[in-house]
Amino acid sequence: MIQDLPPMRGPEPPEVQATNDLRSIREMMARSASFTAVPGWGMVAMGLTALPAALLAAAQPTPDQWLAVWLLDAVLATSIGVVTLVRKAGRRGLSLASGPGRRYILSLAPPMVAGLLLTGALWRAEDLSLLPGLWLLLYGTGTVTGGAYSVSPVRILGLSFMALGAIAILVPMSWGNVLLCAGFGGLHTIFGVIIAKYYGG
Amino acid sequence: MVDKRRTHSRRHATVLQMTLDPLIHSRMRLAIVSALAGGQVLSFGDLKRLLGTTDGNLSVHARKLERAGYITCHKGFQARTPKTEYRLTETGRGALEAYIDHMDRILEVARKKA
Repeated sequence: MIQDLPPMRGPEPPEVQATNDLRSIREMMARSASFTAVPGWGMVAMGLTALPAALLAAAQPTPDQWLAVWLLDAVLATSIGVVTLVRKAGRRGLSLASGPGRRYILSLAPPMVAGLLLTGALWRAEDLSLLPGLWLLLYGTGTVTGGAYSVSPVRILGLSFMALGAIAILVPMSWGNVLLCAGFGGLHTIFGVIIAKYYGG
Repeated sequence: MVDKRRTHSRRHATVLQMTLDPLIHSRMRLAIVSALAGGQVLSFGDLKRLLGTTDGNLSVHARKLERAGYITCHKGFQARTPKTEYRLTETGRGALEAYIDHMDRILEVARKKA
């Protein structure tokens, strides 16, 4: 039964084949594990910070104070994200300094830096009305591009953020808190649960 | 001398292939099993992107592994879109571990001979 025979691997000696096979197994396991290293429960925790932030921001009397509340929430959520990402990668014995983990971070970082710089520019121009749309769109962009090296829910999450961002730039600023809460709170929580359930926490 | 070495190497390769699990001793199927060992549950699309292969190729190899009970396949819908998810079974994990052990033994023998 020739069709049942395993494929030939070429003329290499068995020990070379064994070395190559072991390397392939290790590399593939690491790639798929870091592919799923996005922290689901961390994302849920990030999402849970957005609801009080939205309530607090809505109660602020000045735009500057509104901005300060959301920036503090961004710092808190980013810290949670980084800590849980490192912990999940650590549990799986992965390095975030190489492979898909590194590519994910490198893809996510530029839109985040652009968002920070544009936030500063709009604050100096005393026009914060575009900020909700800008944040949602840029975070969505980073998540979609970073998600190219991760599981499909991450890319869908990014596209959902972009859709909310598109809505945010079309509607009045008064909708900003609701849309930011829906995005950074709602989407993070929903997709965090999905990722935690199907991709190991 | 070179011919002798080649013959020796070919004999070893034959022995290797006879004793190895033929289901895993294929680059694509070994990659599928390894990916699932590292990534828990992966969708068809995720696996395809990880392995850099085509729909048809992945389907054929995944079906062989599924028939052998090495992986399970769950077909469902996510937001009205069909979604196929694969998971490694205990049998599949055991087969991968046995394969890795076998590779380790080959290397051990080679080291002793050197």
